[in-house]
Amino acid sequence: MTTRAFQKIYTKIDNITKATVTLRATGVGNDELATVGGKLAQVVKIMGDSVTLQVFAGTEGLATDSEVVFHGEPPKLKVSDNLAGRFFNAYGEPIEGGEPIEGEAREIGGPTVNPYKRIQPSELIATGIAGIDLNNTIVTGQKIPFFADPDQPYNTVMANVALRAKADKIILGGMGLTNDDFLYFKQVFENAGALDRIVSFVNTTENPPVERLLVPDMALTAAEYFAVDKGEKVLVLLTDMTLYADALAIVSNRMDQIPSKDSMPGSLYSDLAKIYEKAVQLPNGGSITIIAVTTLSGGDITHAVPDNTGYITEGQLFLRNDSDTGKVIIDPFRSLSRLKQLVIGKKTREDHPQVMNACVRLYADAANAKTKLENGFDLSDYDERALKFARDYSEKLLAIDINIGITEMLDTAWTLFAKYFTKEEVAIKADLIAKYWKE
Amino acid sequence: MKTTGRVNGIISNIVIVKADGAVGQNEICHVYCDDTKMMAEVIKVVGDDAYVQVFDSTRGLKIGDKVEFEGHMLEATLAPGLLSRNYDGLQNDLAKMDSLFIERGSITDPVDFDRKWEFKPLAKVGDKVSAGSWLGEVQEQWVAHKIMVPFVMTGKYTVKSIVEAGEYTVNKTVAVLADADGGEHPVTMVQRWPVKQAIRCYAEKPRPSRVMETGVRAIDTFNPLAEGGTGFIPGPFGAGKTVLQHAISKQADADIIIMIACGERANEVVEIFKEFPELVDPHTGHKLMERTIIICNTSNMPVAAREASVYTGMTIGEYYRSMGLKVLVMADSTSRWAQALREMSNRLEELPGQDAFPMDLSAIISNFYSRAGLVKLNNGQTGSVTFLGTVSPAGGNLKEPVTESTKKAARCFYALSQNRADSKRYPAIDPLESYSKYLEYPEVEEYLGEKIEKDWVSLVYRGKTIVQRGKEANDQINILGDDGVPVEYHERFWKSELIDFVVLQQDAFDDIDANCPMERQQMMYKMVLGICDRSFDFADFEACSKFFKGLINLFRQMNYSEWKSEKFYDYQRQIEKYVSEQSK
Repeated sequence: MTTRAFQKIYTKIDNITKATVTLRATGVGNDELATVGGKLAQVVKIMGDSVTLQVFAGTEGLATDSEVVFHGEPPKLKVSDNLAGRFFNAYGEPIEGGEPIEGEAREIGGPTVNPYKRIQPSELIATGIAGIDLNNTIVTGQKIPFFADPDQPYNTVMANVALRAKADKIILGGMGLTNDDFLYFKQVFENAGALDRIVSFVNTTENPPVERLLVPDMALTAAEYFAVDKGEKVLVLLTDMTLYADALAIVSNRMDQIPSKDSMPGSLYSDLAKIYEKAVQLPNGGSITIIAVTTLSGGDITHAVPDNTGYITEGQLFLRNDSDTGKVIIDPFRSLSRLKQLVIGKKTREDHPQVMNACVRLYADAANAKTKLENGFDLSDYDERALKFARDYSEKLLAIDINIGITEMLDTAWTLFAKYFTKEEVAIKADLIAKYWKE
Repeated sequence: MKTTGRVNGIISNIVIVKADGAVGQNEICHVYCDDTKMMAEVIKVVGDDAYVQVFDSTRGLKIGDKVEFEGHMLEATLAPGLLSRNYDGLQNDLAKMDSLFIERGSITDPVDFDRKWEFKPLAKVGDKVSAGSWLGEVQEQWVAHKIMVPFVMTGKYTVKSIVEAGEYTVNKTVAVLADADGGEHPVTMVQRWPVKQAIRCYAEKPRPSRVMETGVRAIDTFNPLAEGGTGFIPGPFGAGKTVLQHAISKQADADIIIMIACGERANEVVEIFKEFPELVDPHTGHKLMERTIIICNTSNMPVAAREASVYTGMTIGEYYRSMGLKVLVMADSTSRWAQALREMSNRLEELPGQDAFPMDLSAIISNFYSRAGLVKLNNGQTGSVTFLGTVSPAGGNLKEPVTESTKKAARCFYALSQNRADSKRYPAIDPLESYSKYLEYPEVEEYLGEKIEKDWVSLVYRGKTIVQRGKEANDQINILGDDGVPVEYHERFWKSELIDFVVLQQDAFDDIDANCPMERQQMMYKMVLGICDRSFDFADFEACSKFFKGLINLFRQMNYSEWKSEKFYDYQRQIEKYVSEQSK
């Protein structure tokens, strides 16, 4: 945050709200950074000579005579290989000591990759979790969030996925992360000996909420450096995007914008899309894959944040507590990976698509049987078998503590089919049945 | 002298410009930020202040920066060479951009101005012509691309001279037209048209009377889309809107396909970029890309250009329609377009309507849909633009402004249901909620009666009734229990399941099942109806469900088998045997 020599210092602020200040200044560029009374701020509106700044850390303690200095440039991050293994705050400043990073300063929130230059994602990311690999296979260049209630172990699952994913770099963007969770991530990565390939940008609950708005752009600027310049496979973890959206709502509210659904700004879709669409498979072999967390309130996916997210991301992974087995599972009904079609049955065994669909269909039959049971009706023989299947399926394949290869997952599914059903009931293409049915 | 101005205010991508002269509503201007020239459109004028929406990021823009007004509205460039191209919302050719990232102010030509086309005159000296009249043609891919009197030329003209057959670039004058006063107007192969206005150079716009085949059974058999008609597909995320649209774009029986990726995922567009050049159009045997134009404004591209993208696509569609071609325009998703309107309206501090959308949303949507249609050209030929849009209702709730406004404008409604998607019944088109108004058109009924078979429409309604009754029976079963209802209820329910599994469900990822020609649809549908007409004698409900599950399995194998192959007929025989053994 250096200031240039002979820079004009303004000392008269006209208006102060909770998040913004307005003053008279000239020669100011849109989106430019400034320091207001020692706090970092960004230009959000210019009307003639009246400039409105959003103060990231809040305006507490600022006075009408606080010093305002414009930096003449938008937020930037210095990028180099030395980013690896380091922890930064939302402004890209190292936390926990250490030298600042030297390197090329790049504007964050830069331009879009030309869609015509993109490559179709086709490289599978194996996580060992059957709820993902079997039912909702993820590929490099994909963007997919976990939809989870705040009490569910989403950060644990995400850390597992990240470590098993064989990425060259893992970039953690923590927004409103509790200090405990932050330390958890740090410890898990450290224990796995992976710290040297991790870069973290963290805004914890102890930091001002509006600062969070910078975190995804910082994380993705670092990701683009490694993916575009170095051709690396980069995995970006963003947790929790709901808290990011909350910060957007705070700012838009303070700017007197008319709120749309659920008090969120009308531009929520575009704001979220700008972040998620940075996920890309590049022609040089590098890629950015984004795995995010969107916390829900009581599993409600119609709220504006999960709803808009679902329309942007390539699917979602839905965590649910399965009362029958007492485990957290990846819900096969509501989870979806849109890019799985690019790899299943192509990069995995040929029976993968049909086995996957048959499992889910039979699991749906079990759900119907369960409803019948709850309503006090007698169950047919088929219903009984479906219920038993569902229990095994949930425990052996859907639970998040599974860690097996995809071929083993398929074999497990065939074993369950043969154990509980006839060939007709499974309704898979005849030639696959002939080849894989376990007598 | 162009009007110029200076930047006097910046709120995100809305810029307030103090202008030194006359400014028109929707006029295009260029805003200069350092060395970068960014396009913008006037959306409001207050005194000397023009409010312009910039089609790019305004980062770094300063008060006092220069603005130049262009004196025309946002225009599409219409000329040979549009096919197979991949444009952004402002018709910049994405393939011509060099860098990996789309740099601010990137502008590329929509067509090749150097390329020579083999021009063949159609008009003669002395011919009376008017806007839209065919003067000549060039061969673009396999389409006879007509060179027309520019649509902006109102009034009557006489052909004064026309060049001989030969090779010309698009900017070369190919004809000179004389107006009533003897004024001369040179005409080239390229013309421009303001995208927000409909091209109306045709004699009349009759009601649609033919059906556009899509290869999707749930559409063609149950709720057909008319050629020149309109339809929309609302559905929550994950219900399969995009997969369905892609399937239609690959299979539809149209001459030209225009796909507008409007504020959606870039990876989905990449899929089209990659697949279409390889896939073959089942109707003509040409490569799909040869008949396709992609307008791509993904969700992270500038919001204002997203709004423009649907108009650009529609204008190009109308251009090809004027050549007597059958055009299908598809937009995924129109909700993103509506959201772009909302963002603008919000920044302009207009009083909001429902869900903060602009008050005139409904009017804007119906005005857009009305640009589709079958037209009779002045020379007696017909052309059509069929429009199919998707809607992404917030929270999957169909009672939201975009869905409701679209419902008023579009004639076909393909509701995608979350329940069907959850149980992987794809395409998730709800058979009871969805409708096609075209089934009620006598001219469509007559057309289907001739094309498929007599009384086809009444067969369709019969199938719908069976599905309806099956649902009612299922509700009873769920309330009273499997044993609490007569076996006939189960039979009724399973007959509707048979239609569901065999006709309505279709595997978009299976090479054979993905595209079902009408002839095959007819045969399968009649086979299924034939079984539904029979009555069976089941000992109990378990026997009933067992029988139908077995039957459905056989039918599914048949759907997966190649049309009229030995395997296909083998399954048909198996089904006949299986059914006759069970019949009364």
